[in-house]
This record gives sequence, C-alpha cells and structure tokens, in this order.
Amino acid sequence: MMQEQATAKGTAIDAKIPEGPLAEKWTNYKNHQKLVNPANKRRLDIIVVGTGLAGASAAASLAEMGFNVLNFCYQDSPRRAHSIAAQGGINAAKNYPNDGDSVYRLFYDTIKGGDYRAREANVYRLAEVSNSIIDQCVAQGVPFARDYGGLLDNRSFGGAQVSRTFYARGQTGQQLLLGAYSALSRQIGRGAVKLYARHEMLDVVIIDGRARGIIARNLVTGRIERFFAHAVVVGSGGYGNAFFLSTNAMGSNGSAAIQMYKKGAYFANPCYAQIHPTCIPVHGDYQSKLTLMSESLRNDGRIWVPKKKEDAEAIRAGKLKPTAIKEEDRDYYLERRYPAFGNLVPRDVASRAAKERCDAGFGVGSTGLAVYLDFADAIARLGEDVVRARYGNLFQMYEKIVDDNPYKTPMMIYPAIHYTMGGIWVDYELQTSVKGLFCIGEANFSDHGANRLGASALMQGLADGYFVLPYTIQNYLADQIQVPRMSIDLPEFEEAEKAVNDKIDKIMSIRGNRSVDSIHRELGLVMWDFVGMARDKEGLRQAVEKIKDIRKEFWANVYVPGKPDSLNVELEKALRLADFIEIGGLMARDALQREESCGGHFRIEYQTEDGEALRDDNHFSFASCWKYTGEDSEPEMLKEMLDYEFIKRQQRNYKA
Amino acid sequence: MEKTINITLKVWRQAGPKAPGRFETYKLDNISVDASFLEMIDILNEKLVGEHNEPIAFDHDCREGICGMCSLYINGHPHGPDTEITTCQLHMRKFSDGETITIEPWRSAGFPVIKDLMVDRGAYDKIIQAGGFISINTGGVPDGNALPIPKPHADEAMDAAACIGCGACAAACKNGSAMLFVAAKVSQLALLPQGQIERKARAKAMIAKMEELGFGNCTNTGACEAECPKAVSISHIARLNREFLSAKFAD
Repeated sequence: MMQEQATAKGTAIDAKIPEGPLAEKWTNYKNHQKLVNPANKRRLDIIVVGTGLAGASAAASLAEMGFNVLNFCYQDSPRRAHSIAAQGGINAAKNYPNDGDSVYRLFYDTIKGGDYRAREANVYRLAEVSNSIIDQCVAQGVPFARDYGGLLDNRSFGGAQVSRTFYARGQTGQQLLLGAYSALSRQIGRGAVKLYARHEMLDVVIIDGRARGIIARNLVTGRIERFFAHAVVVGSGGYGNAFFLSTNAMGSNGSAAIQMYKKGAYFANPCYAQIHPTCIPVHGDYQSKLTLMSESLRNDGRIWVPKKKEDAEAIRAGKLKPTAIKEEDRDYYLERRYPAFGNLVPRDVASRAAKERCDAGFGVGSTGLAVYLDFADAIARLGEDVVRARYGNLFQMYEKIVDDNPYKTPMMIYPAIHYTMGGIWVDYELQTSVKGLFCIGEANFSDHGANRLGASALMQGLADGYFVLPYTIQNYLADQIQVPRMSIDLPEFEEAEKAVNDKIDKIMSIRGNRSVDSIHRELGLVMWDFVGMARDKEGLRQAVEKIKDIRKEFWANVYVPGKPDSLNVELEKALRLADFIEIGGLMARDALQREESCGGHFRIEYQTEDGEALRDDNHFSFASCWKYTGEDSEPEMLKEMLDYEFIKRQQRNYKA
Repeated sequence: MEKTINITLKVWRQAGPKAPGRFETYKLDNISVDASFLEMIDILNEKLVGEHNEPIAFDHDCREGICGMCSLYINGHPHGPDTEITTCQLHMRKFSDGETITIEPWRSAGFPVIKDLMVDRGAYDKIIQAGGFISINTGGVPDGNALPIPKPHADEAMDAAACIGCGACAAACKNGSAMLFVAAKVSQLALLPQGQIERKARAKAMIAKMEELGFGNCTNTGACEAECPKAVSISHIARLNREFLSAKFAD
C-alpha cells in the first residue's frame, strides 16, 4: 500500500525512469537504449573529471569500449583520489554466507537507510549490479579477505541484518581504487586515455545547450587550458569540506559541482550531509582535518559513556581512567536504545545518539565531546590476535594520532562530516539537467537519499563507473556521431576562459588581510554550529545571513600571495573556498526549506517523542533541485517528486 | 595544559624545476606536541602568508596515511623519524623542545623537484602503465568465488598491495632504485591465480620501464623496507627477482 502521495505538482523535472516492474526496469532500458557502433566510438571524445572509484572506473571502461577519453585529476596521480581512504568495505547482494540476502533486500535496506528519500528505480539498479562489481574487482586482482577454504569472506555493517560487506583488511577503498587505477593505467598505456594529472577543472563549456568541454588550470604552470569533448562526465566527489574540518582529503572540493550548477545543472538535496559517528575527536584549533575510524569497528566495539555525571566529570579532568569504571556504571546507550541493531544502527542514528549523551553532560575526553568505543569484551571473547587481524591497521592509526593504545584503553570517538548524499541532480541515465553533462559517484545525488549506509559509497561509485554510465552515455552519444570534433577557438571556449581568468584576476587583486584558511575555518564553524547534526529554523536563518557576510569578507579581504600563472597553492584554495561559500549557502537554504527530519538532516522541531527523526511524507517526499538564477539573486527551488510505487514507507525503526 | 615545544626548521626552497634551491631557516614557538607534522607546516605557512610571503609548497592530500601524496624527507628519513607511518601521520611529540628539523624533498633521479618540497612522481604511474595490471575489460568476468585462493596467498598479496606509491623506497635508496615499488605490484599479482597468464610479460615490462625512467638497481641494502610507511617487505623483491629471471630463462 502506498502512503498518501505528496501533493505539490507543476514540476517539469523528468527523471526518465523506464517503464515496467521494478526488477525489470534496468534490463528493459538496456534492451532498448541506443548504442554506438565500434567505428563511431573512435570518433567520439569523452572528458572524465576525477579519478576516484567512479571517475577511474568510468574512464577505463569507456576507453575499453573504444571511446577516446580525456581524464583529469588535481592530484599528482590518479591513485591518490580520496576513494582510497575508504576503509570498511563494499556491499553486494551475493548471499555467499547464506544468511538470506538478495538483490531485493539490499535495495530495501538502502532505501530504508536513506530514509525513503531516494528513487526506487535507481536504488534497485544499484543493488542489481552490485554482484558484478565484486566479480570485476576479483578478476582485476583485488586481494579481498578470504576464509580458510579460499572463498570470499563477508562482514556485517551498520543498517543491515545480513553480512554482505566484502573487504580488504581496513583498506577496501584503497584496494578497489587501485583495481580501477590499474584498469585505467592499462588504457593510458595503450593511448586510449589521455591523463591530465595536476589539472583542476574550472568551468564547463556549453555550446548550443550541450556540454562540449571544460576549462582547466594546469596546477604546475598555472596555465588555463581548453579541452573539447562530445560529452563531459564529472566524478569529482563530495563537498563535505564546506565544513573545513571533515574526513575528506585536503583537496576534496565542490568546485566542479558549483561550475555545473552555474551552467544550468540542478544542485539536488544539498542539505543531506552525513556525519560519521566514529571519527577521532577534535583536539586543537590548528587541526587541519578529522580522521575516520572505520564503521566496521562497531562490529566488535561497544560504545558507551559513564552512567554517572560525576564519573564523566572526573574523566574530563583527567582524574579517572575509563578502565576503572565498573560495568554497572557504564551506559551502552546504543544497545540500551536500539536493542535490535545495538551498536550497528545506521550512521545518522549513532551520531545523534553520541551528540545527545555529550550535550547531556556525559561526554568524555578533555573537551567532553567524545564517547568510548571499547574492545575489551571483543578481546576477551576473541583474543587480541583476532582483533588485531581484523582491525590492526586502524588500531595502529589511532595510536599514532592519539598516542593511546586501544588494545588497553577504549578508543575515543566523536561524529564528523564524512560524506554528502546531496549533489548534482541526475536522471536515471546519470545525465544532469544540461545535455551531454553527466555526473557520477558521490558528486551526484542519486542513490543514497537522506542517509548513506556504510559500504555503499564504494558500491555506488563503481556501479556508476563500470556498469551504468558506460551504457547510458551511449544513449546520448548515439545522436552525436555526426558531430565533428570542435575547435577550442570557438567563442564559447574563449568566453569561458576569459571568465575564469577574470575571476582569478579579481581574487589576486583583492590583496586584503585574511588568509584563505582563516576564512574557511570561519565558514566551517558556522556550518558545524548551525547546519550540522541538529538544525533549527532560527539557526538556519542566521546561517544564511552569516554565510552572506563571509562571502562579502572573502571578496573584500582575502589575501593570495604569489602569481596566478605559476604553481600557487593559495590560489587553488581560494578558488575552492569561493565555491564552498556558495555551497554553504545552498545547504543552509535547503535545510531551512525542508521542514522535516530525515536521515542526515535533523531538524530539532521535527522529532518523535523519543528523539528520532520525524519525516513528513505528505509535504517533503521530493528531491529539492536548486536552479542557479544569477550571481546576486536567490536560487530557485524545483521539485522532483518521489513516488513510492513498490515499497511502503515506514518510520525507520532500529529498535525491534 | 597542552604541552608545546619551540623548534627551528631548515626547509628546502626552490622556485621551480630549473631554479637553484637553498635552505631557509624558520623559527616556530609554542607548537603543540599533539599537532601533526603537516599541521605544523600549515601553521608556518599561515605565518608566511600573514607576512605576505609565499608559503612552502608541499604535497599532501588525505592526511590519514593512505593516499601516498605526502613526501617529505625529514632529518634524513623519508616520512621522518617514526616507523610505519607517512609524513601526515607523524606528530610533533616525536621531536624535542629546541630541536632543529631539516626538511627536504625526495631526492632521487626519478623524481625531479617541481617546487620547494614538491616532486614529480609521474614515473611510478608510467611503471604501472607498462604492466601493473591484469588485462581484462569491464564485464564478462567469472563469479568472484569461481577461483578459490588459499588464505595465506591472499593475505600475502594484500601485504604487497598495501603499497601507497609514495616513493619513499626510491628516496631512501642510495641507488635511487624503485625495486620495492615494482616488486609490490609484481608480487601481488604473481600470488593470485588471476595474475598467472601475464606473469612473465609483466615482470619484464615493469623492470624495463623502471630502468628506462632512470631508477637505479637494487643492491639489497634494505633501506627501502626500513623506510616504507606500509612495511612492505623486501621478500617481495626476492620474488620479483625470481619472476624476472624465470621470465628471462623462458625467452
């Protein structure tokens, strides 16, 4: 039974979802889509921006098929993309452990985990191709964990009651990325992909309403360069660094997204940001980034804070050690509140529960903004060797950073910004609202709804790059085979390059007295305080105003040393910050209009009696699609209605 | 109270690939011992920008020890004095109050300096492009469980695959050899059934490319293993040598 349909109408947004029953949509699509024949593929150029899981897998797959690919990354090598830092694993519906998993269950868990704010058809397709990803990676030589019989091992992860997560120690992202990188390297070696490392995209070039290339800055020489292609694919990752402190890499940015947005692509659900529950707590005002401890730790670690406030206070003052607190004086609050899922509740639920305990005065660590993740029971049950085999590299990382031995004393963790579910709007074909402009991986908004489950980011990035985009892009390119390669001297390229140069000149000429980082930290604090884990109307209104002030401050008072036409790291950071300020504004506006709580978006005004997120399906069952209307005018919000045809929406319940 | 130290830095500054380089000296006071090494450089750079000077260029990205982008040669050691970590995971608690810390870029014929502490490691990508892969296309592969792999082989392949391509091995080597890097990939794929078909061609192609790009030979000093942030063992070099020789004999 469907719940009452949302009533807002009048949107022209068409997601192009194929007809037919849920389980047949993708097959139907593939059976009827247009294809490009091998001789014509050679005549078509595709730009892929980004070399993470999505970008590298797409670039490699497209080149294998015969297209000419131009691939860009800002790092010195494609292997550095931040997908490499994903630790825990990748989901697939293989059901190897025989515990009742299926494509439908993976689909259902992902939709439910996303708090019913994702498209059914997209998520089903994701679950459907998940098994092929595992096969592909194994064939590439990815050394997944295996059991003693030589078969692939699985672990469980938050938000699921089956073990469907494949892993390579605590370095799954690294191994999957190196698999995609090896496939990409093979194509670079045979000349099918031209790699542009240390290049950053600064604009997308539109000719007659279609994406036909990009403007990029060579980060070594500072030169602005033009590139033509018949289609542009962007897999540039998420925009979590709008918060300054996040688990993202230092260079991770939302600039490509803002460039697409300003050229007509909708920015969808910007307020859906994921706060990961298990990160190493903030320790000083010089801190540059936050480090994630894999969610897989929650398989064996138990999360707790002291039951008594006086114990928490004594710990904060350094007068009491956690190991001295008796079992009955500990509050394993996730096990207490969510008996069915315990420590394995989804990330948003675990993060809010940690904040709730710390806000109530039970937090630990010197700042009181930390909770314990304790392995004493696991070590007693399994032995230290087994725990070391499972999490050794994570424990080592923790000890190097915090200078504390997690085998002896519980880890301290606190939530941090980790992933952005929102992103550039795409239809079922992963095409944005601009023809010929595609968006894949974390950069798009498509599959995770309002909250992403653990081990699903790797799945989505590789699904898009290996198995979805290489099909759907052909449906577009089949009409482009008559289009000759265009000259980069066309006026559209010239204008785009001039606009980029003007922007750079403007930033260089300000010569104010604020460093880029000092303004970025200021933005980050506003984002964390008002657009973070708990949001309300008044705070969000303030955030919108504060971000406007920060924008003014940036454009009036930033100082960038050096020259624009040479290697200039401060200029790179300034260009990214200018765009983070725009994203921050969009996030606050979007969070303000969404008067409900769902997944990673928690509005204090909208919660159940026991503090859980309270959705409003009657009014907010849509993806908010923000349309750029000009430099100094408010963006316009369009809606893509989310009709649930196949499953019944429920209040998420991880208690029973 | 947070513990802090005062330090003196001698940092290699070089405007460009062809420009002459020199050491510049900077003093930094009240650095928290809980700050990471790169956060300490951030603090210095903020100071330099505040004085309207150009900050020190250095490579870094993930800052959690996995991307392999950070690359500093600190007091004569790639990634500094601690073991099994990258520069971004090094913390100031490893240094003492009043200490002078020397920071240089990777020094290796295979890694030319771009600016200050930033080097070009494109050569490592080229070595992988020469053969560090299994030649399969997307789609049409067998089921993931079709080929069982003995757990010890999978584990050892994973030990080798842990390489992050940072270049510390070549930077540590007096011969500027990239053998540990090449060995890690050759060994990983030689241990897995999927890698058997191209086993010989891969070893030959990657070694040939390494030599072509100006990296030196291995004389078994073991410096690479000692400095490797991921503790990749030189036993993989032994396997690479076996792979290479058996490929040559087969010719």
